Amino acid sequence: MSNEPLMKFENAASMGLSKEEWLDISKHIGRLPNLCELGIFSAMWSEHCSYKSSKKWLRTLPTEGKCVIQGPGENAGIIDIGDGLAVIFKIESHNHPSFIEPYQGAATGVGGIIRDVFTMGARPIALLNALRFGQIDYEKTPHLVSGVTSGIGSYGNCIGIPTVGGEVEFDSSYNGNILVNAMAVGIAHSDRIFYSAASGNGNPVIYVGAKTGRDGIHGATMASTEFNVEAESKRPTVQVGDPFTGKLLMEACLELMAANAVIAIQDMGAAGLTSSSVEMAAKGGLGMEINLDLVPVREANMSAYEIMLSESQERMLMVIEPSQAEIARQIFSKWDLDFMPIGLVTETNRLVLRKDGKIACDIPLEPLVKNAPEYDRPHLTPKIQTKTNIKDIIKDISILDALRILIGSEDLCSRRWVFEQYDSHVMADTIIGPGGDSALIRVHGTQKAIALTTDCTPRYVEIDPYIGGKQAVVEAYRNIIAVGAKPLAVTNNLNFGNPEKPEIMTQLVQSITGMKDACNQLSTPVVSGNVSLYNETDGKAIKPCPVIGMVGIIDDWRNAGTIALPANTDLVILGQDGNVNSGWLSNSIYAKKIAKKFGGAPPPVDLNTELKCGKFILDCYSNKLIEAAHDISDGGLLVALTEMMIAGKNGAEIKLPININSHSWCFGENQSSYIVATNEFNEIARRSKNSQIPYIYLGRAIAAQELKISNGDIISLNELEEIYNSGLTKYL
Amino acid sequence: MRIAVIVFPGSNCDRDMLVAVEKITGRRPALIWHKQSNLDPIDLAILPGGFSFGDYLRCGALAARSPIMSALHDHAARGGSILGVCNGFQILIESSLLPGFLLRNKELKFICKQTTLALNAESNCKLLASLDSKKTLKIPVAHNEGSFFADTETLSKIENNGQVVLRYTSDTSAYSGNPNGSLNDIAGVCSSNGKILGMMPHPERAMGAGHESSDGEKLLRSVFEAIIK
Repeated sequence: MSNEPLMKFENAASMGLSKEEWLDISKHIGRLPNLCELGIFSAMWSEHCSYKSSKKWLRTLPTEGKCVIQGPGENAGIIDIGDGLAVIFKIESHNHPSFIEPYQGAATGVGGIIRDVFTMGARPIALLNALRFGQIDYEKTPHLVSGVTSGIGSYGNCIGIPTVGGEVEFDSSYNGNILVNAMAVGIAHSDRIFYSAASGNGNPVIYVGAKTGRDGIHGATMASTEFNVEAESKRPTVQVGDPFTGKLLMEACLELMAANAVIAIQDMGAAGLTSSSVEMAAKGGLGMEINLDLVPVREANMSAYEIMLSESQERMLMVIEPSQAEIARQIFSKWDLDFMPIGLVTETNRLVLRKDGKIACDIPLEPLVKNAPEYDRPHLTPKIQTKTNIKDIIKDISILDALRILIGSEDLCSRRWVFEQYDSHVMADTIIGPGGDSALIRVHGTQKAIALTTDCTPRYVEIDPYIGGKQAVVEAYRNIIAVGAKPLAVTNNLNFGNPEKPEIMTQLVQSITGMKDACNQLSTPVVSGNVSLYNETDGKAIKPCPVIGMVGIIDDWRNAGTIALPANTDLVILGQDGNVNSGWLSNSIYAKKIAKKFGGAPPPVDLNTELKCGKFILDCYSNKLIEAAHDISDGGLLVALTEMMIAGKNGAEIKLPININSHSWCFGENQSSYIVATNEFNEIARRSKNSQIPYIYLGRAIAAQELKISNGDIISLNELEEIYNSGLTKYL
Repeated sequence: MRIAVIVFPGSNCDRDMLVAVEKITGRRPALIWHKQSNLDPIDLAILPGGFSFGDYLRCGALAARSPIMSALHDHAARGGSILGVCNGFQILIESSLLPGFLLRNKELKFICKQTTLALNAESNCKLLASLDSKKTLKIPVAHNEGSFFADTETLSKIENNGQVVLRYTSDTSAYSGNPNGSLNDIAGVCSSNGKILGMMPHPERAMGAGHESSDGEKLLRSVFEAIIK
């Protein structure tokens, strides 16, 4: 053993470990740890790597299904899409780094999730993101929006993977803690998938990619603690991305995989060399010995602790077939990347690290993974929420003035300013890019396409986390359905505050339960995900934000629909009856923006109705009854219709119902409904009756560039478009 | 027809271009890695879009010094045809095979959108000779540094020589106008012999069948027709 000093509890506490955890670590090692050993334990046992507060609840989510090849626990989830092809996907957060250094934080978030996908043998084909910023007029917001947007773009654009969709929201609860969640989706041959479990005693362990520096040291631990006003002093812990090296690494790895040389592979993401070596060895039930003097470094005199905890980007660890080592070396030399054998797989079940000829670390592997702490944190019984009285919400303004306010607001206006900075066409398979319900990406060289979306409505989750958890799933489901694709599976990103506070834990437990119920009923298992807790600044938590990323499939992209409204079609609302199922204004954007009424019970989510309506829409698609479709969500019916008109450059003439208040009907946020444009209204009506799907005849799409309402109100499409498109630009 | 697509580290539209060429010609073009220093006789070299060498230093500056470039200079000197798209255009400018500079977009942001292009009726570009200059083309751009710039003298020289080939133009769509602040709305220029064309818009992303437009296919078809003649 080296003569490095052994640690005390104070050292452990500074790395975020509790007294019990510290005692456990010493027990597992059989002595006190040195700095490097303690660093490895604290990273592996951090909330970020161990899921210690959420594991108990994550286990309740459905993770199996007909299409599932790989559920949670690997780098990403995998589903079968037939014809020998698989979709590999995952979403992950990079919240704290993006607040401290928005450009690099967001860029490395994208880089990290891309590596998770190609590590498994997939060529990444699409990126999405889910972004939450502070109030739009908060002083830091424009800087953070610009930085995050260009950071996301810088990585995706350079590496050449289209960024095709996502969400952007603004709320004061994110003023001191923005959310940057990035999702990557790839395609692999289902018989050519690569996993991380090491095998073969004596097989070489290879380090490839960029060199290791002092950036991002202990980032996983930073992601597991609350923020405070001094957060910006943590800037040095933010990693720096290099998408060019990322591109070379991706091409080299995919080439190497095709050459049958890879036994196991893991990217060095959170907790860098620590988590990659520990997970590869532990999953294989083996040990690993690494000589840290061989690790390519870009700075002199790095300690064992720094090398193991660095989160420098664009690095991978592999176990390769010894007979293929030369081929592997040649491939990496072609791409001008480091390729360095740094150790061996052993049978000791221990992680042994050497540095300067001495042993720098010698610890058992099993406790790092299998004995990581797990907590059943206290939580409360949720309160029953009541609906805000409709009389307190509806204001005495015209429908059109309300529409003007809503579509021009930062909540609902066009996100073009953001998404035009992303290359959404590269790879030339983007059928539907940003701005629609789902993105639709052709599976290269086939007629199939996959539909992709990310969704969450934090203001619903805050008030009723159970409904909010369900609603995130059903909104994603509707977005997939609306383009004519069949929903298959989800990945989730659970962004919450400090789970040690019972009220935050309640949000987490309730939203997971809502997600569980929705995913079960809609047959969309959760195959991967990420948990980001401690999203608090100075003790104040964010609005809870359990994001759903959903993947669906359509057999022939030519049968897909968009939101673009064609002229001379009939407009039908499916899923609403114009009576009891219509007009839910409580906790709506209308209530927030026009009445300044925040909170109140969110719209109920009826899973059975969602499923029935979803199947009905797909049935209409397969019978060619639909010319365009859009789900109704934030802002309600009239906002959805406006988006369709702007996308299609056509107007509409609509009828108001007689037995319901026109504001609640136009702007209510009832779930499970869609606007559909059709040339076959009678057939849709007949089928709706047969299937007991409520519907309302809304009116006609017209070539005239205006919206005409039966009460005599008229507004030009030009004006609507102008308001819609300038919503963000006036702030940024 | 012998077509080669040159691949640099960081090129990311090489496959898209290959697919487009194969769709139109029925034949898969050769992919040539930048470390190669000689080139078998070809009719057309295509420099695809992407971020060669990560756009480090200046877009296209490092690629312009890759081993393959001397072979491309020889090909050009023999009167050979070259098409450079986006980063490929930047590389041709950095190699002095085309005039001018490409600066950062006016708004200092990456921009990805459809654009409407007009073919300059006065252009002497041999590669687009069969295109109808009365019809505009809808082809998307995706770049950070696409703002064409040249000093007054060079600008008037290339205008007078018919070396300005494509201009961003206005129509009634949301995609009208000059997206990046290019002088004289220039989107593409050619060499004085009309056989080397550089353009910022991506024709391989406007190939019909799922793309918003098929005008890129029309443009590429014209290039391939020109090299057969």
